[in-house]
Amino acid sequence: MRTLSKRLLALAAAVLSPAAAALNIFACEPEWAALATELAGPQASVTSATTAQQDVHHLEARPSLIARLRGADLLICTGLELESGWLPLLLQRAANPRVLPGQPGHVEAGLWVPRLDVPQRLDRRDGDVHAAGNPHIQLDPRNIQRVAEGLTQRLSQIDPANAARYQARLQDFSQRWQAAQQRWQQQAQPLRGVAVVTHHKDMSYLLNWLGMSSVGTLEPKPGVEPSGAHLQALLGQLKQTPARLVLRTPFQSERPSVWLAEKARLTPLQLPFTVGGAEQAQDLFGLFEVTLQRLLAGLK
Amino acid sequence: MQRLTPIAAAFALALSGAAAADTQDNAVLREEIRALQQRLEALEQTSASTQPAVPASATGPASGFNPSVALVLSGTYANLSQDPQTYRLQGFLPSGDEVGPGSRSFSLGESELTLSANADHWFKGTLTLAATAENEVEVEEAKLETLALPGGSNLVAGRFLSGIGYLNAEHSHSWQFVDLPLLYQAFYGGQYKNDGVQLRWLAPTSLYLELAAELGNGAAYPGSESSQNGAGSAAGFIRLGDDIGHDLSWQTHLWYQQSKVAQRTYTDVNSADVEVDNSFSGRSRSWGVAAVGKWRPFGDSLRQLKVQGEWLRRSESGEMQYDNAAAVSGPLSGAYDSRQSGWYLQASYRWQRNWQASLRYDQLDSGTQHIGLVEDGKLSHDDFSMLSAYRPTRSTLAIDYLPSEFSRVRLQYSRDDSQPQRIDQQWFLNYTLSLGAHGAHGF
Repeated sequence: MRTLSKRLLALAAAVLSPAAAALNIFACEPEWAALATELAGPQASVTSATTAQQDVHHLEARPSLIARLRGADLLICTGLELESGWLPLLLQRAANPRVLPGQPGHVEAGLWVPRLDVPQRLDRRDGDVHAAGNPHIQLDPRNIQRVAEGLTQRLSQIDPANAARYQARLQDFSQRWQAAQQRWQQQAQPLRGVAVVTHHKDMSYLLNWLGMSSVGTLEPKPGVEPSGAHLQALLGQLKQTPARLVLRTPFQSERPSVWLAEKARLTPLQLPFTVGGAEQAQDLFGLFEVTLQRLLAGLK
Repeated sequence: MQRLTPIAAAFALALSGAAAADTQDNAVLREEIRALQQRLEALEQTSASTQPAVPASATGPASGFNPSVALVLSGTYANLSQDPQTYRLQGFLPSGDEVGPGSRSFSLGESELTLSANADHWFKGTLTLAATAENEVEVEEAKLETLALPGGSNLVAGRFLSGIGYLNAEHSHSWQFVDLPLLYQAFYGGQYKNDGVQLRWLAPTSLYLELAAELGNGAAYPGSESSQNGAGSAAGFIRLGDDIGHDLSWQTHLWYQQSKVAQRTYTDVNSADVEVDNSFSGRSRSWGVAAVGKWRPFGDSLRQLKVQGEWLRRSESGEMQYDNAAAVSGPLSGAYDSRQSGWYLQASYRWQRNWQASLRYDQLDSGTQHIGLVEDGKLSHDDFSMLSAYRPTRSTLAIDYLPSEFSRVRLQYSRDDSQPQRIDQQWFLNYTLSLGAHGAHGF
């Protein structure tokens, strides 16, 4: 009886006690969770709202996220309307003034990078377009560096006692990141000029960085499921403008890309897309290593 | 900060001069100053090196401060085997106009316009207007919400959908069916909304735990208009929820609601088949539980299985007045008290982005009702024909086609058995469009 009550007490304490870490960081996407871990170090407790197996466009402000955001000191999301379906409600429900827009604890990473695919006109007939530009910014390592610098500044602002430590960690990370980027750019030489088809318009920053080009998407419009008619049209179009690879993420259905790959003799590839999207992609370095490995292997 | 550095240095120098006698203290001080200066320099460096590559969107014109606009349009074609004019829930005191399957043939649903914006750093304001098919405009919600209360609390004031019940605060365009479960129709006259205040508190726990209390004027059913000061209704709820792994989430909900009732009038049919106006005064109390579970086998909320159920019990006690208008043999009055309950269980599965199927079963129990006028023999049960005991049930199936996140076409069939010898076969074809600002997805 006594052990039972002791266990119950321990359980209650585990459930009821807020995380005891110095800094609580809530990331919307795994890539920002990974970056925050690099920069804030093991003292911070970092959690991501999504996994690499989830489509971050489509989430709900579910109870566990409300509870997690309630205790966060800093929120880091891509922004650019990527999370507009759930983040505003989550912020309203979490009742945490520290992470509201405009506060130093509210980080919108997309505002720190040059944007691609900014639409000329806004009309939902064109699918789920984002007014501020393509929000899938994480697959260009130069963007990661920019966000790292901005994030370090914010960390120092909300936790000034550790500012020097954050600065030192940024310097360390930047050095390793620069070295890795040089290596990747060398490795990626054969990818220059390669044309690809993507499932959603979510690889633009990667293609832009590597000098590759996209000749079409499996979705007829952003956010609209691939249809038979559209795939047929795409197949016809590929005869005029051929491509070599069809790229998709872990959460996109493989069927349309495998179908197109077979018909048009392309190589279908699943890229990790974010940290955790492949077994070896457990941090930001791994993410880019695996992405390049798979792209290069796809050319063979 | 740059100005601070020389001042700090001067101050430190003065200090060091004064303390020159004690060289040990001096050394310690110098060390501290050096550490401080290093930190300042580090801070300055960071702020200099991190100018955004692309400046955050430049300040727009004044229209940038306009509230965001969201518009929901909907319309229905209904084929009902029974005349909707005669629809009622047998055994229950009628709860207003929003009960029943609506009208036959083509009808316009409510067109909802929502405007919202932050008023300042303290408050956010939201207005939702509903234009009805009868060319009337209703204020659905008009509320302020606080933005910066400390300690996880939130205050809402104005007119708002109450947080009792799982479905109560959900707007009609995010329901899984064309209509509300019978328990909401019978016990709250549709969605329960109040003019009042709500205070919510979110516990600082890793488990989601939210407590809330509401006070209102009590004018909405089950309450009634009154001319008194003070609150006419009160409610409270507790919500608890969490995830199980990456793919499963759950939430449970417990609530209590009470209203003062003064002269809530309804029309019954007496034993001579004549319509009489009766009224109830007293107190209405209800409490209920709800549970929701969601399973996302593909990771995203576009393809998921959702199971939800709610159970509610209401007791009303006070006085029933028969024939207010003295048209037949009244007015007569006597005690009245009732204990009634209801529940529903529903499941919906969206197996593809574009397709969803939903199934629901509803049941109400008219329970026990004591009518003083009948028990002391002044009137007979037949003089309150609407209140004779029954157990209304309904089974519903709906199939949705969703071309995108912003549009939906729904086909729904219900078999509604809410009065004896009157099975209503209901077919609905309905569309819903969401325009403008992105609607938020709650759990």
